Order: sequence, then C-alpha cells, then structure tokens
Amino acid sequence: MVPLIDRRLVFVTGKGGVGKTTVAVALALLASSQGRRTLVCEVDAKGDVAAYLECGPTQFAERQVGPNLWAMSMDTEASLREYLRLNLRIPMVGRIGPLARAFDFVATAAPGVREILTVGKLCYEVREHHYDLVVADASATGHIVGQLAAPQAINELVRVGLIRSQTDWMLDILSDPSQTGLAVVTTPEEMPVNETMELVERVRKETTVDVAAVIVNRVLPELFGRSEEEVFERLCAPAATAALRRALSGDPRPVLDAARLAVTLRRTRAGHLDRLRAGVDPAVPMLYLPYLFTRSHGVRSVRQVAAHLGEELAV
Amino acid sequence: MARRARTPTADAPEHASLDGLLASREIVVACGPGGVGKTTTAAAAAAMAAARLGGKVLVLTIDPARRLANALGLEGIGNAERRVPDEAFTSAGVTPMGQLWAAMLDTKQSWDDLIARHAPDRRTRDDILANPLYRNISGRFVQSHDYIAMERLYEIHAEGSYDLIVVDTPPTRNALDFLDAPERMADFFSSRLLRWLIVPYRSRLVNLASRPFYQVADRILGTQFLQDISEFFILFQTMYDGFIERANAVKRLLADRRTSFVVVSTLEAVPLREAEFFARALLDRHLHLGAIVLNKVLPAYLRDPAAASVAEALRDRSEALADAVGDALGDAAPEQVARVLHTVGQSFLDYRVVAQREAEQRAELASVPEALVSVPYFETDVYDLAGLLRLGERLWGGT
Repeated sequence: MVPLIDRRLVFVTGKGGVGKTTVAVALALLASSQGRRTLVCEVDAKGDVAAYLECGPTQFAERQVGPNLWAMSMDTEASLREYLRLNLRIPMVGRIGPLARAFDFVATAAPGVREILTVGKLCYEVREHHYDLVVADASATGHIVGQLAAPQAINELVRVGLIRSQTDWMLDILSDPSQTGLAVVTTPEEMPVNETMELVERVRKETTVDVAAVIVNRVLPELFGRSEEEVFERLCAPAATAALRRALSGDPRPVLDAARLAVTLRRTRAGHLDRLRAGVDPAVPMLYLPYLFTRSHGVRSVRQVAAHLGEELAV
Repeated sequence: MARRARTPTADAPEHASLDGLLASREIVVACGPGGVGKTTTAAAAAAMAAARLGGKVLVLTIDPARRLANALGLEGIGNAERRVPDEAFTSAGVTPMGQLWAAMLDTKQSWDDLIARHAPDRRTRDDILANPLYRNISGRFVQSHDYIAMERLYEIHAEGSYDLIVVDTPPTRNALDFLDAPERMADFFSSRLLRWLIVPYRSRLVNLASRPFYQVADRILGTQFLQDISEFFILFQTMYDGFIERANAVKRLLADRRTSFVVVSTLEAVPLREAEFFARALLDRHLHLGAIVLNKVLPAYLRDPAAASVAEALRDRSEALADAVGDALGDAAPEQVARVLHTVGQSFLDYRVVAQREAEQRAELASVPEALVSVPYFETDVYDLAGLLRLGERLWGGT
C-alpha cells in the first residue's frame, strides 16, 4: 500500500470536532517541509485552515503561505467559471445572465453538481501537475461519500454532454490508490468511532477511493502500569493521603482526584480504541496522535501535530 | 435582547438551569457545532422534563448513537414516535411525572409524506415519487435534510399531542443551514429560473431571453438531463402554493415565542467559535436564544493555585516525598512510589493547562444569554436513561 504521504491527492475527513482540519493542515505542513510542493484546500470554506496556518483569509485563487506550501478555499461558483473558461471557451460567460442564480439553481436541482465542481478542481490540479501533493480538508463524515461518489452519480444521471465526458479522467485519478487516498480522522470516543467504522465500509461500497489511513487523534497518555496503579490506589487511602499531606504541607486530594479522572478518561477511550481496531479492516493503516496539553490552537500546535504525524509515518 | 448583560468569570455561579426554559416553551431546539454532545444534551433535557415537569415530552433526534437510540427504544427505522417505557425510569430510580417519547428523523420517509400531503391527486404523487430526480433529491440531497427536519418539527407541533418537543438539529455544513432552509425552499420554488425550466422543452428554443442559458446548460448537462429536470418541476409546480405556504409557516414557528434555541458547545476553541457565531446569528434573526450549554467542562479544582503548588512539589520532589510516605504504603518499592507521585503531579499540571485555557475561552464568550450551563466531564459515556437523567440533573436548577 502506498503510504499516505506519498500520494498525490489526499482527502481528509472526520466527524465534526475530532480535529479534521488540524490533521489536514499538519499533513500539508509535513509534506511541504519534506520539500514537496503542497496545496491545502479547505472544502467547507469556514476559514479554519487560515486560522490554523495564521496566514490570513484564503480564497479560490491559490496563494503561497509558506515554503512549498499553498492554500486555497473552495468556491464552487468560481470553480464553474474556471471550468467554463478552460474547457468550453465560452467568451461571453458574463452575458448568459445571472450566472450566480443560474448556477445556484442547477446546483440545487441537480445533486452532485457542487460536489463534482469541488472534486473536479482538485483532480485538475493533480492532472496538471501543479503540485506534488494536494491535501483536501474535505467534508465531514456525513457528506464525504456524496462528495467522492459524485463523478459516478453524475455518470448515472447525465448520459451525454460535456460533464459526462469530464468524469472519466476524474475517475481515473480518484480510483488509483497510488495517487488518491482518503484519511479518516477520529478520536477514541463513542460517536466518532462508530462513524469511522460505518464510513470505512461505505467508502468501500459506494466509491472507488482507497481508504489510505485511519488517524486516531487526541489519544490520552497511559498514566500507570498495573503495579503502579496499585500504588496509586494505596496512596488514595486516608492514612497515606494524610502522610502525604504532612510531607507536602498542602492538600494532595485535588491532585489525586485529577489523576483518577485522567485514568478513567483514558480507560473509557481505550475501550473505544479496541472497538475501532476490531471494526476496521486490519489492512488499513492506523496512525495515532497524542492529546496535546497546550495553551493555544494556532500554528504552533499544528506543527506539534505535524511532528507526531511525521513520526507515525516514519518520514 | 441584552448582550453581555454581565461578564461571566471562570468561577461565577451561573444561572445554571434549563428548567425554566423547558417549563415555559413548546419547542426547544438544540443546535451548535458537531461532536459536542448535542444529541445527548437534547435527550437529557427531554428526559428531565418528562421526569420533573410532567406532560408529554418528545425528543426528536436526527442521528443518535446506537446505544442511546436503544436506550430510547428507537431500534427500528422510520418516523414513528415511540414511548420510552416507565420501567426505564423506575429502574433508574425515578418516578416520572409525565411521559417521554422519542422519534428519529427519516429523511426519505418525511419527504414522501410531504409529497403525499401536497400532491393534488394520486397520479401526480406517484409520478413524483417515481421520478429519478426526486429520488436523488430526497435521498442524497444534503440540504433536503435541513429543510425536512424543520418541516417535520412543524408537523408534529401542529398535531398538538405534545406539551414539549425537544429537537436535535442535523449536523450541517454550515450551522445556519437549517434555519435558512425554509426560506431557501420558498425562494427556490418562486425563482424565475424555475419558471424557465418548466416551459416545455421545444418552446424554449424560441424564447430569446432564456436561449443563452439553455445553450450553455445543454452543453454542460446534456439534453436528457434537462428534460428530466423539466419534467420533475412540471410535476412539482402543482404543489407550489402548498410548499411556499408551508415553508413560511415553518419559518414563523421558529421565530415564535413558543420556540427557544439552546446552543450546545464545548470549551474547545473551534467548536466554541462556531457556537458563538451561531448565538450571534440567532440574535440577529430575532430568534430566542434561551441558553448556552457547555459540555465536558473540566473540574474547577484544576485551576486551584494551592493544588498546583502541591502538584509541582509532587513532580519535582517525588523521591523525597516517596520516602516520607513509604511507611503508609506497605511494601511498595520507593522508586515505584516516586514514579507514581511524579506522574500524578505531572498529569495534574498537564490538565491544568487545558483547564486554564478553557476558563479563558469561557470568560471571553461574547454573547451570554439568560442561562449559561456547565456540564462536567462525565467519566463514562452516557448510554442509558439513568445516564441521561444524571446529565439532566446538571441542566436543572436548584439541585
């Protein structure tokens, strides 16, 4: 299997709140630091990629934001304009009336149009070799299948026409596991794990895109081994806590409570992690990223994630 | 509505309850970013309302975790509302004053019901239900989810058989999609483009105004597909008035004083930013923001300076301390005790960083509604009615 980082188009998805954007940006930072010309594209243009890179707002036009690193945000209407300009050579696009409303209408009426304009733009950048790697901070788990399956859906719905003929080369890129892969980000919690297992199945059944990795984010550290846990339990007994209190001249109980909370949180999550391992095909590589006890969420913490990702990918 | 009526500090005793809201409203909509426990919060609020307030309470959920769905008796699919048996309450040690009902949203089924209701005759209904474009829209079309959730809420509310409906909103691309969905649906059906499309195909070619549009559309989409669209909308036109009227009614209900919104979030930076954006958008639209619920809040003792000093001592002087407490620990090896003490101290300091960051985030919350409710980190997942009620206690005042 071609490692995640050696592909040319990587879609990063995950349930809301698991750190999908962080991981996508970290992957792009990692690849660019390896000397690969990398484009990171935010598909749901909320501005999170820009926030994590601390680079100012991104737009449809790619902009260099670091060494070997470019960023953009998807805008399906702009994508359509670009497509019309490049493929149809329609000089009077401006004159076909309110393109925005026409587009809105067609996109609303015809499922898959927005999706194909998104996926199409990404595939186009890959086909034209503008970048070594394109990382898409893609839709969340609920919508990613629709996005990835759009070229086939269009093939079924539209029997002739230019769009139909365009889907063939897109499918070639999307279906080639040496070029394209999907990374599913999750956390070791109940709902994200459920959604990840369901998603991996659905992607295999309903799309031609290869699941390149499951990335487990925010893995909590194991505090104690078994014999240490026993020592900890004894520390929590009143006599030991009292002795500790005298030696410290301060109350150790909040600190012991916090350790107990850390142990139980870790334990609950370990159960979900086991479930995930049992539920996902062992052929899919699983990468682990630690929970970061950091002050901020900016580019500094994304660099830490990138470093851990580098270790996991052994690059 | 007054914004920033007070400045919450990290430890301010909050107006920590939803009970007033749940007692006075007919609809409570839980919304906010994904992954913050929205579904669980909605279910917990409904369970508490049924337990303490009485009456018939319905929780309408979109996509519950399987164990939660099982706890609510939602094993099958379909739109049916089911009653959570009283035994589930009594085995959780609670005698409910009222009834708890639960229902799941089945998008496809809801669309079909909607068509059946608005279609002028059986033939139109069947033609629409069989149309490939309709099947695509109702099955896959993302925004249809947003609209149908609000439509179904309206339908259940209008039937009038529940005293309170707590609804969980679908995870949307954009947190506001479901609010705008009724309006967009109305816009969509009244657009000029739609009228262009439902002119039979042949006469279009002589329509000068629309010709360039079709020339482009033909080249991109192909004639066959355009014909499919056209047919679909000719059928749909018969239901036009009903749809617009309905979409407007849904919109009015959401803005009505009987409806209130609860924004659910955690104190993580990204969800909180989204939640704040959402809270502001509700106020801008003159919708009632009843409360913000903050989930998974770390305990306050993590920010206690005295405890932090103790943790530093444990981390830095673990060997000396291990000797000092050795007698109380029996035969444990001193190195091992030192390692445990060090780990305990370090772990406290790690979590303290997060707790402080989160307290800071909370202090910066720009728009604070009447109620700001904090729910602590539960050590285990909530997966049964007892768990929901335990969580519900934290949403309730005076406990």
